[in-house]
Amino acid sequence: MTIEVRNLVKKFGAFAALDDVDLRVADGELLALLGPSGSGKTTLLRIIAGLDWPDSGEVFFDGENALLRNAGERHVGFVFQHYALFRHMTVFENVAFGLRVQPRAIRKDEAGIRARVKELLDLVQLDWLANRYPSQLSGGQRQRIALARALAIEPRILLLDEPFGALDAKVRKELRQWLRSLHHEINVTSIFVTHDQEEALEVANRVVVMDKGRIEQVGTPAEVYDSPASAFVHGFIGESIELPVHVADGAVRLGGEKLALAAHDAGPGASRLFVRRHDMQIGPAGAGAFQGEITHVRNFGPVQRAEVALSHGKTVIEVDAPRDRELRAGEIVGLNPRRYRIFAA
Amino acid sequence: MTMELPHSLVLTYPKEDGRLSALHNDPRTEPRAVRIAIIGVAVTFLGIFVVLPLIVVFAQAFSRGVSAYVTALGNPEALSAIRLTLLIAAISVGLNLVFGLVAAWAIAKFEFRGKTFLVSLIDLPFSVSPVISGLVFVLLFGAQGFFGPWLASHNIRLLFAVPGMTLATLFVTFPFVARALIPLMQEQGTQEEEAALSLGASGLQAFFRVTLPNIKWGVLYGVLLCNARAMGEFGAVSVVSGHIRGETNTMPLLVEILYNEYQFVASFAIASLLAMLALITLVAKTILERHLDEGKLSHDH
Repeated sequence: MTIEVRNLVKKFGAFAALDDVDLRVADGELLALLGPSGSGKTTLLRIIAGLDWPDSGEVFFDGENALLRNAGERHVGFVFQHYALFRHMTVFENVAFGLRVQPRAIRKDEAGIRARVKELLDLVQLDWLANRYPSQLSGGQRQRIALARALAIEPRILLLDEPFGALDAKVRKELRQWLRSLHHEINVTSIFVTHDQEEALEVANRVVVMDKGRIEQVGTPAEVYDSPASAFVHGFIGESIELPVHVADGAVRLGGEKLALAAHDAGPGASRLFVRRHDMQIGPAGAGAFQGEITHVRNFGPVQRAEVALSHGKTVIEVDAPRDRELRAGEIVGLNPRRYRIFAA
Repeated sequence: MTMELPHSLVLTYPKEDGRLSALHNDPRTEPRAVRIAIIGVAVTFLGIFVVLPLIVVFAQAFSRGVSAYVTALGNPEALSAIRLTLLIAAISVGLNLVFGLVAAWAIAKFEFRGKTFLVSLIDLPFSVSPVISGLVFVLLFGAQGFFGPWLASHNIRLLFAVPGMTLATLFVTFPFVARALIPLMQEQGTQEEEAALSLGASGLQAFFRVTLPNIKWGVLYGVLLCNARAMGEFGAVSVVSGHIRGETNTMPLLVEILYNEYQFVASFAIASLLAMLALITLVAKTILERHLDEGKLSHDH
């Protein structure tokens, strides 16, 4: 099922949760809506599900106007951030709910319902929990039951609101891989909301980066990471060094000093220079676009992180360097960005 | 690691002998003498103001023996008062259950203008003296009242009759169900209902299969308190009753009348029924509160 959203606007009082949003989702896609809190991603998801209504704009499922239908008629599976399992029902009854409330004419008989629930609990590998209550489950188990419950109605679209937001780091990682393989298996058009960039880049086929009710960029994980379309995307995804620069006549200046960097197609005026932390190469003093003194070095993981006080503009930046050469505090070094981007301020 | 330290300390307490733990001096407990004094004051107070009156009620009721007690309750006037009390309580509890559910639903699950005003309006009967509540109905429906002439011309009799007493009781007991449900429903939020709707349930299905089972203990709790108050209400009902014997006397009103006529056994016999109602309510309330607490724990994700 394809989803198309056109000119969607939703305001809560004076606050614009969605400000003229357009989006197309291809059939079978696994799409991530990524953005900080208040960026409108959950509102967009809820409007697609029929749990909220836009002030203006249109939503189409396979070219059909979805806004004419209420939540129940859209056949959308929705997984809530805090699971929203029915606390007074067993796991079995939770999953069976969507089957039991169907109109009598198309409702399965008891044996059919039992078979379907069993099938779904097998799918999420939790058939042994059928008679427990939600309060007796761990967070990760609740999340998977919520997913099984959403899948029971054979949804045409699967929507997940911060599906791993309330879980601890280890369970999150496991469930991420599990969700990706599950999507591969059932191949339902799916959208999930997250504020965790790593989660979005790792799980989704395509990532929609949102900020302040607008879509900043849509692209594959590689595209949004390697070629951010805006300063916001560069700053939000991946760890970046940001420097306030001034561009004039093709020259880039930091704190009045001219840098040995090409302005490329950046327009004149106050600008923001972005470099990925690991794209900043540390070399001998005198070489490179920047000069600075290492003030602090932390060694952990695959890289060493150096704090460098730049001689230009009195700024301190953090650089991730490979551990092949040991860096020391007090060392004077030259820095050169392998890649960088300049956006208008 | 620092989080685990106090935990392990607490775990070792029971293993220590009394003298050692006294030395440790748990900061949460007072010295033994202070504890005994505080508990003693509380028990004495309860004894004088709660237990003693209860004993007196039953002692007076049975002062001429069981047969006098049974005769007093079998009196037609007493039976009529019991019937009327049950009738008024049934109507007010039934209607206030519906009103309370609707009000709590609206307040807990929706955002709208004037919500805080509505909440304080629901609390109004708690803050107004019941006598004033009754008087308001006299001013509205009495012969010289606002609707009085219209009612009289249509031959409808509200005041000094059962409908007026029911209205007064309704007003006084309105907050109980709503008050019991609002915090519960607010805490539970709307996500389970939304989940039900997105799974294809209709609004009614969502209400009966999801909302109601989640608040059933709260509903029972509200109904219980509402019923206790409806049966025991004196002030508001007294103003609108007119005290017509065998017709518009509820149990609390009859207790007063009989007492003023020096019929102590009859008076205290009726009072003993109300006292028993209070005791049963108390036990049921304790049981319900346990269920409510369990409910709170079980959805504490």
